[in-house]
Amino acid sequence: MINLVWIVPLFPLLGFLINGLGRNSLPKTIVSFVGCLAVFASFAVSMGIFIELISEETKSFTIPVFDWISAGNISIPFSFLVDPLSSLMLLIITGIGFLIHVYSTGYMHHDAGFAKFFSYLNLFIFFMLLLVLGSNYVVMFIGWEGVGLCSYLLIGFWFSNSSYASAAKKAFVMNRIGDLGFLIAVFLIFNTFNSVEFSSVFPQASNMISGDSALILITALLFVGAIGKSAQIPLFTWLPDAMAGPTPVSALIHAATMVTAGIYMIARSNILFTLAPETLGIVAIIGLATLFLAAAIALTQTDIKKVLAYSTVSQLGYMFLGLGVGAYNGAFFHVITHAFFKALLFLGAGSVIHAMSDEQDMRNMGGLKKRLPVTYLTMMIGTIAIAGLPPFSGFFSKDEILAHVYENNKIFWLVALIGAMFTAFYMFRMMFLTFNGKFRGTTEQERHLHESPGSMTIPLIVLAILSALGGFIGIPAVFGGSHWLAGFLAPVFEASASKTSHLALDHTTEYIIMAVSVGLAILAMLYAYNRYVKQAHIPADENTGRTGLARLSYNKFFIDEIYDSLIVRPLNVLSGLFFRVIDKAGIDGIVNGFGKGALEASKTLRLLQSGMVGFYIFMMVAGILALLVYSMYKI
Amino acid sequence: MENLTQAIQGVPLNHYILLSIIVFAIGVVGVLIRRNAIVIFMSVELMLNAVNLLLIAFSVHHNDPSGQVFVFFIMALAAAEVAIGLAIIVMIYRNINSTDVNILNKLKW
Repeated sequence: MINLVWIVPLFPLLGFLINGLGRNSLPKTIVSFVGCLAVFASFAVSMGIFIELISEETKSFTIPVFDWISAGNISIPFSFLVDPLSSLMLLIITGIGFLIHVYSTGYMHHDAGFAKFFSYLNLFIFFMLLLVLGSNYVVMFIGWEGVGLCSYLLIGFWFSNSSYASAAKKAFVMNRIGDLGFLIAVFLIFNTFNSVEFSSVFPQASNMISGDSALILITALLFVGAIGKSAQIPLFTWLPDAMAGPTPVSALIHAATMVTAGIYMIARSNILFTLAPETLGIVAIIGLATLFLAAAIALTQTDIKKVLAYSTVSQLGYMFLGLGVGAYNGAFFHVITHAFFKALLFLGAGSVIHAMSDEQDMRNMGGLKKRLPVTYLTMMIGTIAIAGLPPFSGFFSKDEILAHVYENNKIFWLVALIGAMFTAFYMFRMMFLTFNGKFRGTTEQERHLHESPGSMTIPLIVLAILSALGGFIGIPAVFGGSHWLAGFLAPVFEASASKTSHLALDHTTEYIIMAVSVGLAILAMLYAYNRYVKQAHIPADENTGRTGLARLSYNKFFIDEIYDSLIVRPLNVLSGLFFRVIDKAGIDGIVNGFGKGALEASKTLRLLQSGMVGFYIFMMVAGILALLVYSMYKI
Repeated sequence: MENLTQAIQGVPLNHYILLSIIVFAIGVVGVLIRRNAIVIFMSVELMLNAVNLLLIAFSVHHNDPSGQVFVFFIMALAAAEVAIGLAIIVMIYRNINSTDVNILNKLKW
């Protein structure tokens, strides 16, 4: 089965081609069947690969597909790498991808671009699979760029709305900044190791000394790529805007899979990062700053999808913080659990929006508990999971990260803990505002309220089960578990593990850390309950004056405005200047000058053509004489 | 025929060349300074015949008949060319009542 891994990305590619080419002719039933089947087939093969990999002795297989680039001493095969890390990612991508495809058949049913949507989704799955399967940085880069493209296409899916179209452009440009860093890093890797194959780069790197300047530069640039793709400070502002896309897209691309590509890439290159502790320090600080800032913004947002978007940014910050303190395993654990509960929350939000006739503002919701019971229950499970309450999945992964952070740096831990408390608060605030209290929308909307069809609720239920139980793949030793995930992933992080110290907290400290974070989460939940259910507080209108911190948070710390005045506007002025001086005066001047010169010269020269036959003959004779003289004296 | 060849060979080659140059130069000057199309045409013929003369002179002096074959061809072609050229001049005269080439200066700029 492992040798057939090339089939996994092939199915979505075929699905993309069929749906893309037949988008105007195929009926919706066939389109949704092809789209879902393609991903499900991939999922089945991935499952087979995963089961086979568990029983295998060796845990890393490189499957060549074809020789791709080979020139001089450069040889880059197009080959796939199957190991615990990539096989888990395969399961997440195809598994959650399949659920979201099924969900989309219900959610997008009334949309005119139904087939286009499914072809884009399949294409995204294809590129994402390339990204995680590539056995070298170049194949990974193809996937990396490809998912960026699909993200652009899907954010701008309703491109006739110009603000959606510019959100797509924003995401694309921000990603491009990061991609440049990644690309330069690949060049540097080739320059340093003379290869881009993982199997050749990592063993060479593990023999280098810690803190080697080449490694620091490479990892820093790789991290720039991760910042762009995984929406960290300073390039995170594209992700909240990316919510312009259809909700299933937000769930699949901007929560569960694509944005975790940066974490996957760092986890994959863990040995490079372990040997560059300076970069790891930066990773930790950026992750910490992002998780705190995004959580603080999420506290006051009123758009249900915006809350979830900032929550995603914040959770990604946790993952980077985990990577930064060397908890590769914990960070990847959080990738898995986050994929479950964030996909669930987004799909649930989609179900709410669907029921509310495309209303996204929580101030106009409320009291949906009775009308959308399945959505409410499943989203509640997701909320408890993300808030980190045991025994749901988020608890285990978040606490693994927090424990590592505590051991590494107490101040980081404190900030991360406050972030976790914020998380619990804004998630429960979202739930209470949406589902409790009285209905605040229009009567028109109230008449339309309905629970979503089965195609949408079944994925919700499956994801809810996964969110609830997903944490059990990594029960830490402190609860008497064996942490199956850590054992399974051990071969991937083997080289790094020998160079970093193990978690050496005694069990009492671990219990206290857990108790503190759970206690704070429960406090935050109770506070949210008191404020939004007991007192039935409703966030103020757009125009009502907010003061102090609330104003800062509601306006997203004015980061978009700061970028606008610091970068966008100076760039506009500068490009205006270049346009007028360099382009208009310089380049156009030269080109037009040539044209004008030719015109003026020919205006004079054409007078020679006077129409006088005698003159022509005279010139001819003069010419012949000149040739004669020339041939005689060879001047 | 023998006599004729000897008679031609009796005159030094330089003289033929000189005569050809003079006739050719007259033709060139005629073309350059005259405005009457018929005179220009005649001058062109002069140049043509100056070249013919030169070809024959060399041919005889080198005892190589191919030069004379050339001249026959040139004469035959010249006859045809004269017919066409005169026809054109007749047409010009019918149109503008003159054969002055300087009037024909419409085709310019």
